Amino acid sequence: MNTKSLLSQKHQLSSTKSQVDFLEDSTLTKFSEKLIQQNLFPLTPIPLEVFQVNIGKMCNQVCKHCHVDAGPDRKEIMTRETMQLCIDAIKVSGATTVDLTGGAPEMNPDFRWFVEELSILGKKIIVRCNLTIIVANKKYNDLPEFFKKHKVEIVSSLPYFTASKTDSQRGDGVFEKSIQALGMLNSVGYSKKESGLILNLVYNPSGAFLPSDQSSLEKEFKLKLKSLYDIDFNNLFAITNLPISRFLEFLVNSGNYDNYMEKLINAYNPIAAENVMCRNTLSISWNGFIYDCDFNQMLEMKIDVEEKRQHISNFEINGINQRRIKTNQHCFGCTAGSGSSCSGNVA
Amino acid sequence: MKTYYNPEDLKKFGNISEFEPNLAKKFFDYYGEVFKEGALTAREKSLIALAVAHAVQCPYCIDAYTSDTMEKGCDEQQIMEAVHVASAIKGGATLVHGVQMMNKYKELSM
Ligand code: SF4
Ligand code: SF4
Repeated sequence: MNTKSLLSQKHQLSSTKSQVDFLEDSTLTKFSEKLIQQNLFPLTPIPLEVFQVNIGKMCNQVCKHCHVDAGPDRKEIMTRETMQLCIDAIKVSGATTVDLTGGAPEMNPDFRWFVEELSILGKKIIVRCNLTIIVANKKYNDLPEFFKKHKVEIVSSLPYFTASKTDSQRGDGVFEKSIQALGMLNSVGYSKKESGLILNLVYNPSGAFLPSDQSSLEKEFKLKLKSLYDIDFNNLFAITNLPISRFLEFLVNSGNYDNYMEKLINAYNPIAAENVMCRNTLSISWNGFIYDCDFNQMLEMKIDVEEKRQHISNFEINGINQRRIKTNQHCFGCTAGSGSSCSGNVA
Repeated sequence: MKTYYNPEDLKKFGNISEFEPNLAKKFFDYYGEVFKEGALTAREKSLIALAVAHAVQCPYCIDAYTSDTMEKGCDEQQIMEAVHVASAIKGGATLVHGVQMMNKYKELSM
């Protein structure tokens, strides 16, 4: 398994421009055509709910499918100054939820400060925790207590309830460490009755295929994790891998790209299209630029407003609420089957 | 045509209605019903389909139901066990005819 990001390998697909060019250079049905057919083009926002902040690309893992191209060799992380600008924006944004992601957001030295400040605002806080970070170093061992203190909702990836499938996607030994971390979260009360502490898991396919029915997967995961490891969790979100960054590289290298795109396009679901997450979400990058979603962020497709308003230092919610959402071929990943978002199915 | 089997033909399965639409429609409706979640889960049905695909040695079905079982969350151990079930039944079906062979052998022997 590769232990370097595409960027540090100087891979052609580490450039966002070459990814976008690659996605556009095809005779396949265009995403915009599908939206036009159902009078949904251009996509426009509904009232903002989720303010997602990607506080850095640094991560202790180098998962094969990572759409962030994150890894230990990525040094781009958000400064406290930019976090403060996010807090100022959140106050006027109308968002009810702040969703912190990365990389491994906990590796940002100002992570805990940020969570504490957000907690004062009284917003619901979600942290996308990769689990292994909790056991990666002593200084992270108390994260479960910290999360509990601030009633943080945890969302964590676990591609499968066996080591082989998990490790083949996320790295050797990841499954065992993830189970250990889940046990630590359970033991401070996560997913325990009446604790109010929520721990959700994310399933994503370990390969060039689509996820199946979220509720049957959830049942299976619950049964297996409980009986084999005595682990509890609340909900399972089934997420489709979007054809960008390292997953795009995998699709191209393994010769699966065309078939995968066809699968996504054939599974286009108009109801999922109406509910894509970019309609109620904003996504902020480590350096403070504003995007419609985390995927557009990784393709550097900045939000469609006046240039100076594309940065958090000039946040202006009215213009943002009236924007056109930028879409491209990768969006087919959000509309296939039951749809896919950071909270799983949308249809 | 270079080979009898072309992977692209799998996508054209629906085209069989070109020559006889009524029966094709009946078949595809039936097919759709069969694979719906029922007393057996869609996942269990997919594993049965994969095993049968091996028993009838249909490359199209092996292609389709390998993807389908993966989508339904089966791992490599589960799908290989399904193939062994097919193999055991096929092997067993061959061997159990050995009894018939033995009967005949004994009938003809002095
Ligand atoms: S998928 Fe998550 S845990 Fe894996 S490398 Fe990317 S950011 Fe890190
Ligand atoms: S990729 Fe982003 S912009 Fe495209 S549909 Fe999904 S959430 Fe919306």
